[in-house]
Amino acid sequence: MSKKVAFMQGNEACAHGAIYAGCRFFAGYPITPSTEVAEVLSAELPKVGGSFIQMEDEIGAMAAVIGASLTGVKALTATSGPGFSLKQENIGYACITEVPCVIINVMRGGPSTGMPTGPSQSDVMQAKWGTHGDHPAICLVPASVQELFTETVRAFNLSEKFRTPVTVMPDEIVGHMRERIVFPEPGELEVVNRPAPTVPPADYRPYDTSFGDVPPLAAFGSGYRFHVTGLNKAEDGFPTTRAGIVQAEEERQVRKIEKATDEIVTWEEYLLDDADIAIVAFGSTSRSARFAVNEARKHGIRAGLFRIITYWPFPEKQIADLASRVKAIITPEMNLGMTLHEVRRCVKGMTPVSGIFRVDGEPIGPAQILAGIREVM
Amino acid sequence: MGFDYGKYIRPGKLPHIWCPGCGHGIVMKGLIRAIDSVGFSKDMTSIVSGIGCASRLPGYVDFCTLHTTHGRGVAFATGIKMAKPEMNVICVGGDGDGVAIGGNHFIHACRRNIDITYLIMNNNIYGMTGGQFSPTTPTGAKASTTPYGNPDPPFDIAKLAIGAGATFVARGTAFHAAQIDKLLAEAMRHKGFSVVEILDSCPTTYGRRNKYKSVIEMMNHLKDVAVPLSAAEKMTAEQLRGKVITGVLYKENKPEYASEYRKLVERVQAG
Amino acid sequence: MSSRYEMRFSGAGGQGLILAGIIMGEAAAIYDGKQAVQSQSYGPEARGGASKSEVIISDQPIDFPKATAVDALLALTQEACDKYSSDLKSGGVLLIDSDLVKNAPAGDFTVVRIPIISTAKNEVGRAIVANIVALGAMVALTKAVTRESAERAVLSRVPAAFSELNRKAFQMGYEKAVAARK
Repeated sequence: MSKKVAFMQGNEACAHGAIYAGCRFFAGYPITPSTEVAEVLSAELPKVGGSFIQMEDEIGAMAAVIGASLTGVKALTATSGPGFSLKQENIGYACITEVPCVIINVMRGGPSTGMPTGPSQSDVMQAKWGTHGDHPAICLVPASVQELFTETVRAFNLSEKFRTPVTVMPDEIVGHMRERIVFPEPGELEVVNRPAPTVPPADYRPYDTSFGDVPPLAAFGSGYRFHVTGLNKAEDGFPTTRAGIVQAEEERQVRKIEKATDEIVTWEEYLLDDADIAIVAFGSTSRSARFAVNEARKHGIRAGLFRIITYWPFPEKQIADLASRVKAIITPEMNLGMTLHEVRRCVKGMTPVSGIFRVDGEPIGPAQILAGIREVM
Repeated sequence: MGFDYGKYIRPGKLPHIWCPGCGHGIVMKGLIRAIDSVGFSKDMTSIVSGIGCASRLPGYVDFCTLHTTHGRGVAFATGIKMAKPEMNVICVGGDGDGVAIGGNHFIHACRRNIDITYLIMNNNIYGMTGGQFSPTTPTGAKASTTPYGNPDPPFDIAKLAIGAGATFVARGTAFHAAQIDKLLAEAMRHKGFSVVEILDSCPTTYGRRNKYKSVIEMMNHLKDVAVPLSAAEKMTAEQLRGKVITGVLYKENKPEYASEYRKLVERVQAG
Repeated sequence: MSSRYEMRFSGAGGQGLILAGIIMGEAAAIYDGKQAVQSQSYGPEARGGASKSEVIISDQPIDFPKATAVDALLALTQEACDKYSSDLKSGGVLLIDSDLVKNAPAGDFTVVRIPIISTAKNEVGRAIVANIVALGAMVALTKAVTRESAERAVLSRVPAAFSELNRKAFQMGYEKAVAARK
């Protein structure tokens, strides 16, 4: 039997990936260039018995997603730049209350209204530091239509497994371009469901660390009654200001992701075995970089590509290892040096790192990267 | 034998944070009696709030409770109701939370007519942050940010709700304690978005700045200004000046959002 | 990289050029079993303004999804032709609407002139199918996809009631291009 094949946009594939992952609730607000995610889900969710709601604003959409998730359903929202900024407070709420949810942020130019139809990669720092306070962050940066499908599935899996919001951030090019996609069969990709509590309701505590750093989350309406608050809380879910408890809970929330870094981080290496120059890139820029690497090789330059797939947690170990193997690293990105900063932090001066930046709404083409490669040679 | 509140209060969670003389405790008791009288089960009832003094209520009561971000209670509640329509969803909060920072969610929940009961404890002030004026502080009143008197005109929450499309709107006061549970019970039985505004008092941050000499004086003020709808209908505009009309102010039956959406789902699934 | 073939469909917003590009991509990716990427850029206005849709077809996985050196360019308006023809490859092909694009750029490429919009309006009968006329012509000129695949892709995209209209539009475009090339 041949699999279902389609030629579709990244944003459309993302919506289908969400359905595949078991997402049954979407709340959103229209914003370019992410709107196709909402449009497809408004049609698809009712077919599978799910719910779609267009909220009055971005903040309300994030709130509704968290509320829905607390009833035990997998919930999604999709937005872009300004909307991602507006959602930040409630993303922090999902972090501290440890409610799974997935946020799609299709990156466009900024700050502010910026360039709504132009591509950008300038939200990667906001994905980590956008909400106030210490908190964990998982952010995935797919580079193709097929990968936007599979990474959306992985985002739900990570979110349910670690009880934390997960952000998927295609740039506008990846979100809007059309490619061939082969739909995975049911069961072909892993789908993780939220573990239910194993204790009777009377003994249930929503942050019970005797179950480890990620305690099971009960669903509202399932016979378990508990309290959820954005205040610092104790294991029973009720607010507390007791220093020892607050410190321990804050540390656990960050630790649960940090210690799983090796399990979460994904990347792809291309022609790096003998490379003198490594390009570190992600999203559509990594596709330009791959083109440029091939061109460079034709001219006898040993270039290779390190493609970031999981942006947060950052592939720190892998980049440090890369730095020990190559003579120079170049970070092309559609921002003014966010990845450069992060790569330099990991490289610790072992090898020179330089950037190629573009924020004019045009992609970084292969020629620009090739010129960058020649420059460091 | 009196009413057993203990059945609904979480053990060990009292005393509450509310100041002596604050009416929120009276309202909470009314809410508990209302839930008991309509027979909502504790497991299938969710009480959601935003931020503020009134929004601390969910922590004290034994339901599926959610204390969210400032102004967003109704939006979180909307997510719960849409994802699990069989749950009874009640949202509680204060005036600043509900009609200032949360004003957009409020009017749109009214417009959708989603089956949520929204209890607003209106004490005309931001109490938790120390008494700044809110969108319901009367013009001319003193607050910590209106040292020369409030230049802003206030909202009438009930009129706002009716104008935005809520299908059940009622008003009571913390003084008229016996009426609170009746209004709330009727609101909970109503299928659609129901708004119950309870005029409340904040002696700590509002009363002392506005020449109320005591808690009793503030409570007496609530008693004096309230006019039941039936009485108000017989009064002249002149007689009604400075009064607040209480009771069920508006009620109509209209399609409810979450159940209409489920019908849509059935229609789509039927092909 | 020699298998990489780049096409650009340009004109004014509302002329259906994005759809033409999508159909070209579908013909390649679904019916011809090749790799294809389609992308577009557009201003905030839904109608008017210069609009472009790019399609890259290859036997190999396609890395950079946008055009680098265009093998075939369609321009339905003078503005689009002026704006989007600078990276046309030497040896490439430029298809222009002979009524609307009076100044074709000079260069080492073949210029094919067809009255695309007037063909749609007067010979097919509906101006709205100008994009399918153009698509037919692009298929004939580029041979980037097979004619059969392109026709199947067109018919799978349009409502059944308009099948005949679109089939005719495609055929007109295809045949005029073959004739113009001779």
